[in-house]
Amino acid sequence: MSGYEARFRVWRGDQGGGALEDFAVEVNEGEVVLDIIHRLQATQAPDLAVRWNCKAGKCGSCSAEINGRPRLMCMTRMSVFTREETVTVTPLRAFPVVRDLVTDVGFNYAKAREVPAFVPPAGVGPGEYRMTQEDVDRSQEFRKCIECFLCQDTCHVVRDHEENKPAFAGPRFLMRVAELDMHPLDAAAGTGLDRARAAQDEHGLGYCNITKCCTEVCPEGIRITDNALIPLKERAVDRKYDPLVWLGSKIRRRRES
Amino acid sequence: MATGTEPAPADARPPGAGVHSPARAAIAAPHLRTDRWWLAPALTAAGLLAFIAYSTWRAFAGADYYAAPYVSPFYSPCLAENCAPMRSGPNWELFGGWWGLSPALLILIFPLGFRLTCYYYRKAYYRGFWASPPACAVAEPHKRYTGETRFPLILQNVHRYFFYAALLVAGVLTYDTVLAFRDEHYAWGHMGLGTLVFLVNIALIWAYTLSCHSCRHIVGGKLKHFSRHPVRYRLWQWAGKLNARHMQLAWASLVSVALADFYVYLVASGAFDDPTLF
Repeated sequence: MSGYEARFRVWRGDQGGGALEDFAVEVNEGEVVLDIIHRLQATQAPDLAVRWNCKAGKCGSCSAEINGRPRLMCMTRMSVFTREETVTVTPLRAFPVVRDLVTDVGFNYAKAREVPAFVPPAGVGPGEYRMTQEDVDRSQEFRKCIECFLCQDTCHVVRDHEENKPAFAGPRFLMRVAELDMHPLDAAAGTGLDRARAAQDEHGLGYCNITKCCTEVCPEGIRITDNALIPLKERAVDRKYDPLVWLGSKIRRRRES
Repeated sequence: MATGTEPAPADARPPGAGVHSPARAAIAAPHLRTDRWWLAPALTAAGLLAFIAYSTWRAFAGADYYAAPYVSPFYSPCLAENCAPMRSGPNWELFGGWWGLSPALLILIFPLGFRLTCYYYRKAYYRGFWASPPACAVAEPHKRYTGETRFPLILQNVHRYFFYAALLVAGVLTYDTVLAFRDEHYAWGHMGLGTLVFLVNIALIWAYTLSCHSCRHIVGGKLKHFSRHPVRYRLWQWAGKLNARHMQLAWASLVSVALADFYVYLVASGAFDDPTLF
């Protein structure tokens, strides 16, 4: 593929206002959207603000919306667009904009702080943790998360309803709760913390209507809905809505499973 | 906020909602997707509406649901006294003679409830019918959203009980499939085209039922230590493999159950003679 001139529309502005600006910019074989944004910075818009870091899909910095779809700019090849297509790049639309393509993702850090941390098991010192692979497989899938916050951005619970932000942790942090609840050595239950119940009562799991947009946009391919959110919903049902499970827990005290 | 930026003053822009909230990037369009994002929810809604229309007609018809040895999956088990007599068939007159409506209505509530509360179908109809959201990053039209936090949608949490009921219904349909290895005179050891239809249907019904997210949780997903429960771990892995195809199985079994019913309708109404294979 030889080089060509592509049409780009990039949102420029800040909280005071802004608009989509048109650019014509050179594209070469093998380039990704972030390359084109950098070329715009270098040749036409030196003050264009964009957050990026690794350019390898591992730092989660260059999240944006490309033709209306939440994506990493560094992982979106230009070859997926036709040469005639106008490529529109905007900042994430679920978060406050700072400038141009940069948004304030502080909401996510606030939600991260609300999830109680891993509780170390009693009597097991650092370096003495032993876990079998089958016990940590599930959590390890969730540890692939690069915190690009595309799932948080696309989730309609907060994207379309700003008023839900205080009550809803979002898929990334509900997945964190699931990860800890499935962790073979997490001793939260011993401290009186019921993570599955807390997911429903404090982190807004009930707002999730499992429409799977978080899974669709995840650049790491984590099956967030099937492997984290729905299992967490089922665990919440165990604690709150299933009379048989409740009865079973009253009749016989089970050892930790 | 983490970066020290503060939301714009309230009067900087007319107050909006969702993607038009103050402080978010000022973009007038509710979404900027250029692909055919509407196609999937439109096809989903059309497919579900077609099934609803067909199953409503058949469920209320109360006729042409038994042609020996086949009984429509919509009418099995048949729980009322007004059921057609089925030799060795799934008759169980639990509701006696006072029930005057179609007997299908008594049993369909269970598979209907199973599919209504199914995690896949929830996605399908929340997107297809309720536009909540219509597609990813496409703004939904509703002013408020509470999800499944309150009545009636909090009742979605009963899904596992419908799963238990669906297991029983699948068991009865398996029995019906075994009975389909008879001919129209109830002699065993025969097979018709309908038997093949029933075999495909029951295979898909079981695959869909066992791929259920609640099933996956019950057989092993609820455990914290798989290493202490190797059998349940293996069951969880199998359920997980099926679960990865839950959507496909949901559609395939929906179509197959309708086709199985339609086949029985054609044979029972005399429109088609069941070809005998042996």
